[in-house]
Amino acid sequence: MEQLYLICRHREVPNLHQYETYIQKEQGYQALQQVLKLSRDEVIDIVKASGLRGRGGAGFPTGLKWSFMPKNVQGPVYLVINCAEGEPGTFGNHEIIENNPHQLIEGIIIGCYAIGATAAYIYHRGEFKYGAEMMQRAVDEAYKQGWLGKKVGGREDVSLDIYLHPEASAYICGEETAQLNSIEGYLGQPRLKPPFPAQSGLWKRPTTVNNVETLAHVPAIIRNGPAWFRQWGTEKSPGTRVYCVSGHVMRPGNYELPMNVTARELIFEHAGGIWKGRGLKGFIPGGVSAPILTNDHLDLPLDYDSLAGAGSMGGSGGVIVMDDQTDMAWLAKKMVDFYSHESCGKCSPCREGTWWQKNLLDRMMTGLARSGDVEMLEMVSEQMAGTCFCPLGESSQMVVLGAMKYFRSDFERYGQGKAYDGVIPMSAIEHH
Amino acid sequence: MLLEQRREKVEEILSHYPQKRAALMPMLYEAQEVYGYLTEEAIREVAAILELDPTEVYSVSEFYSLYYHKPTGKYIIRFCTDMPCALVGAEHAYQQLLNLLGLKNGETSADGLFTVEHCVCLAACATAPVLQVNRQFFENMTEAKMRELLETLRTSGLPEDGPVMKFQPRTADTPTGF
Ligand SMILES: Cc1cc2nc3c(=O)[nH]c(=O)nc-3n(C[C@H](O)[C@H](O)[C@H](O)COP(=O)(O)O)c2cc1C
Ligand code: FES
Repeated sequence: MEQLYLICRHREVPNLHQYETYIQKEQGYQALQQVLKLSRDEVIDIVKASGLRGRGGAGFPTGLKWSFMPKNVQGPVYLVINCAEGEPGTFGNHEIIENNPHQLIEGIIIGCYAIGATAAYIYHRGEFKYGAEMMQRAVDEAYKQGWLGKKVGGREDVSLDIYLHPEASAYICGEETAQLNSIEGYLGQPRLKPPFPAQSGLWKRPTTVNNVETLAHVPAIIRNGPAWFRQWGTEKSPGTRVYCVSGHVMRPGNYELPMNVTARELIFEHAGGIWKGRGLKGFIPGGVSAPILTNDHLDLPLDYDSLAGAGSMGGSGGVIVMDDQTDMAWLAKKMVDFYSHESCGKCSPCREGTWWQKNLLDRMMTGLARSGDVEMLEMVSEQMAGTCFCPLGESSQMVVLGAMKYFRSDFERYGQGKAYDGVIPMSAIEHH
Repeated sequence: MLLEQRREKVEEILSHYPQKRAALMPMLYEAQEVYGYLTEEAIREVAAILELDPTEVYSVSEFYSLYYHKPTGKYIIRFCTDMPCALVGAEHAYQQLLNLLGLKNGETSADGLFTVEHCVCLAACATAPVLQVNRQFFENMTEAKMRELLETLRTSGLPEDGPVMKFQPRTADTPTGF
């Protein structure tokens, strides 16, 4: 199948970061005008009917999430836009905000209307300096044109402000409740759920958190209707998604494709296949937190349910490809480095577990593995399973156990003084 | 100093939030720019503006990677060596950069121009090896391009920022580790 640009409109329309282009070429802000003539419930119903699911990680149905927001509340209500994009292997939001910011802003305003939000915070990665500038420009333009501020689009009773909030590089702040703490100025550690953000979110007020790509889908869904969106993808995962392909492929990049595209087609046709004429050993289908899959899974469609059925997940849409020379113990080591560095320290299974995982894998990489280390790594990882406070620690055990499930011999090669024979990760050397 | 130099900006930031404390992260960025890094004085001033205890400001600032508590070079270079980038040789390329600078990971050059460190995923993995200089992206790095970049920084400073993610097909001579 061909790439289809519902989100990456800028690939077809040059200069889409400019307001005039968005208005003239993309029917910009017409969806919002339509929405302002509907009731909140009508807007939510359209999004529900479209089957749009959150692109941030969990794939939760967006319309349903919006419907959890309480009605007729007095006082502030918030939408938080998750632009933290910290999941290694994921870079779709990055492209959207730099090139197609107005579509996102229109989606945000519509989302705010649907949930009755009075203010929205775009929580963006600190590293997205230029992307933030582009979003700020789009926001400023929207104020100028009367789409933001008091009387949105001329409606006396609707007012809305959008603010950008810069994070400062901490992966856990992508998790929605940690993000709320971070915005409030506390440590970015996750909160216990329930209460869910819809009941008690930012400053204990009703709050919805949505990903950038999720919201950017909304204007076209409103303009064209749910059936239009459902032409693509599967019954339960309709529409397109921006797949971010990295690793050992010939053409790494973002590929926006209907969600029934198979891993084989994405990796071998769109991304040009494996580099250096090598074969494929494994791929991660949804950002590093999604357990690794193998050649046997190439014909799976990359929708949420098919991937969950195979024991992995659609996650963030980051597809990381490994050739047949990749050492999966090395891969696990690199990932555990990440999780131990990014563990927020709140719960001990994650804080201590990732430390032990790292320690054991460091020993393997540097040739200091002792007999029984593979079993110990397995045991530590198993003890983390189901005991961590949030999915960060769980991901760290899933990455290791997932890699061990298919590639155990890669781990068992270590011991008797054998070290990793490529560039040994710096952190492993520093550690000893 | 923050209030003297950037009162308007400070007030604008405060106006975004119903509670002062929420202005902490954007305020730390401002303080870092004004003071160079988060000196004790900087932390105290931010705390005073937000009516917080300096210890609390310090502990939050320590949680994140982009706040610096020691003097840094004029240019902070952060180089991604996370897994997806490392698959295509980012760790090797980072070593090349360290060699060009004559520095070790985390060090600052004697002339005060460069601080260099490796970091986790920068959300630009398809254009690896990738680095940032003062939060501006430079992608598809090779040893030659890094040498050129350092020269540009030394002589004329940071070039104009712009959109990134210029995806390139790999070729036989794509410079990669293994
Ligand atoms: C450790 C962790 C990191 C996450 N990082 C992100 C992120 O960077 N961006 C994002 O949109 N969602 C991230 N999520 C998912 C969010 O918690 C949340 O589900 C999502 O933002 C909801 O938006 P959506 O319904 O539009 O997908 C993360 C979750 C976890 C557990
Ligand atoms: S892993 Fe390096 S930018 Fe994502």
